[in-house]
Amino acid sequence: MMRASLFGLGTAISIVFSGSVYASETPKLPAQEWSWQGIFGTFDQQELQRGLQVYLEACSSCHGLKHVAYRNLTALGYNDEQVKAFAAEYEIEDGPDDEGEMYFRLARPSDHFVSPFPNDQAARASNNGALPPELSLIAEARQGGADYIYALMTGYVDPPEGVDLPDGMNFNTYFASQQIAMPQPLFEDGVEYADGTKASIDQMARDVSAFLTWTAEPYLDERKSMGFKVILFLLVFTAMLIAVKRKVWADVK
Amino acid sequence: MSSAPEFKNPIVRWIDYRLPVFSYMHEEYQNYPMPKNLNYFWNFGALATIALVLLLVTGIVLAMHYTPHVDLAFDSVERIRREVNFGWLLQYLHANGASMFFAVVYIHIFRGIYYGSYKAPRELLWILGVVILLAMMATAFMGYVLPWGQMSFWAATVITNLFSAIPGIGEAIVTWLWGGFSVDNPTLNRFYAFHYLLPFVLLGVVILHVIALHVHGSNNPDGIDLTGPQDSVPFHPYFTAKDSVGTGVFLLILAALVFYAPNYLNHPDNTIPADALQTPAHIVPEWYFLPFYAILRAIPDKLFGVIAMFSSILVLFVLPWLDTAKVRSARYRPLFRWFFWLLVADSILLGACGANAPEGVWLILSRAGTAYYFLHFLVVIPALGLLETPRTPPTSISQPVLATGNDPSPGAQASGGNQ
Repeated sequence: MMRASLFGLGTAISIVFSGSVYASETPKLPAQEWSWQGIFGTFDQQELQRGLQVYLEACSSCHGLKHVAYRNLTALGYNDEQVKAFAAEYEIEDGPDDEGEMYFRLARPSDHFVSPFPNDQAARASNNGALPPELSLIAEARQGGADYIYALMTGYVDPPEGVDLPDGMNFNTYFASQQIAMPQPLFEDGVEYADGTKASIDQMARDVSAFLTWTAEPYLDERKSMGFKVILFLLVFTAMLIAVKRKVWADVK
Repeated sequence: MSSAPEFKNPIVRWIDYRLPVFSYMHEEYQNYPMPKNLNYFWNFGALATIALVLLLVTGIVLAMHYTPHVDLAFDSVERIRREVNFGWLLQYLHANGASMFFAVVYIHIFRGIYYGSYKAPRELLWILGVVILLAMMATAFMGYVLPWGQMSFWAATVITNLFSAIPGIGEAIVTWLWGGFSVDNPTLNRFYAFHYLLPFVLLGVVILHVIALHVHGSNNPDGIDLTGPQDSVPFHPYFTAKDSVGTGVFLLILAALVFYAPNYLNHPDNTIPADALQTPAHIVPEWYFLPFYAILRAIPDKLFGVIAMFSSILVLFVLPWLDTAKVRSARYRPLFRWFFWLLVADSILLGACGANAPEGVWLILSRAGTAYYFLHFLVVIPALGLLETPRTPPTSISQPVLATGNDPSPGAQASGGNQ
């Protein structure tokens, strides 16, 4: 029993070393321009709405978004009625009722996005053993954030000569091991955008990257606008403190 | 200095007669004599106090919303960010505030080393400072575990496992620390309890640190003792004003981090929930632990690696006695000054080594860096005091100022007295 912890550490270390091998081959992520960059950058609601559509049609059958509630979608420019109608398209398990039974009901705006699988085991069983990651925080959980998601979405290519892919694996330039279980999710005109935008792979990849950046940090706009005011105040305040200090110290030789 | 003031307010007078808090504040934070030649590096003690208060306040509010359970901790932090009013601000202030606390304290320590602030009669003041550093490190480590992300979990696993290097009882100690046979819910619970407790212990040591400081007063850039009232200015308004300037700049940097790069110092892997079955490709600690992590990994033997890592801090306890030089300030120690900057460069190098896998050139660099670190304190510092010929510091703080415009010779001090 005492050895168990040591064994655990040994396994951990061996995984660390085998893990570091496959990180080296992936090329550098190309930096993209995003609407929320810079001091005054904010999310583009139209882009987020398109991104939500891409998520729903191309990602949501495998990937959950459990940290986001339906009511949060008002931030994308939808009104309360639209959000209510949107939530009502989903069923959610609730209960137990007075009889002690669990039951399904329509989702309400206060519910969080219903995950496609009840648990990780079910998710793996439906996906050839691979676990589709929960996407709420994916933009923060991957080096590069939106740039990474965009690169991954557009990084599917035929495997180079000599690379033998195991069954059910796909080649992606930007994935850590370049072997990814997820098949290419986006195809030309795979989504019919509500606003009529042409659904190229590039467009959909951009939109879903923006949307997933929003799901990771829905308070980004608030953070930046508050930050600007706070820093402006602190600049003036510090300038005043410097003036006071100079006046106080003027008589010290 | 001046005797206790006559308070005009009768209530204040009544209280002060029975519990002289007002006299105390007047003596220690108003009249209290400060060397008048202090530069802005003497802001960092006050800044560290401000950082500590910021962490205490944000931490207490965060604790009201956080759930210390392996199944709920990660989601509860996410809930704080999204649902609690200004929760994202609290969480970012707390995480980045911790980084700022370490940055400020590291500068504070290097300032103490540069100007010889640890030398007699301030040895105990210095030792209390090292105790504060240790308490900070323990608190920060346990705080980093609380969000229960991948780095939280694996940092907890790696660091607690260090104790297994102790011969014979190591394994038992690790099991005892974990409260089980792996890092799990009991570990998270006790880390949470200690993360809440230790900052108040730290606050107590800070108070002792300040009491010890006020016995002999602040050191100064010349590293010489005060010779009389002409060398000092009262704490208020001179240093309340000067510390405020530093505070403004400190808050500006903190705000820039919190509002524009809140996750810059965070590892992306810690946004992935803890998973005992999946080790991150690289387990790296927060930036402020990187030099120590480099020392740990520089040494091929686990036990000696752990000993070296802890020794790198313990050596600071005996620094006042390792340093044989009589002159305090590096201003008057031409050789020491070079070695000081070498130590700064070495610490930064070790930080870079800690961020990279200990292979190839990084392993060589971390070994060289570790070797110099200990060489610096155990050989260079004792030897310099014996070999170096220091320049003569001025006899009083007022002297160099008074001497200008008059006779620049040391005898000018006499004429200074007439002014």
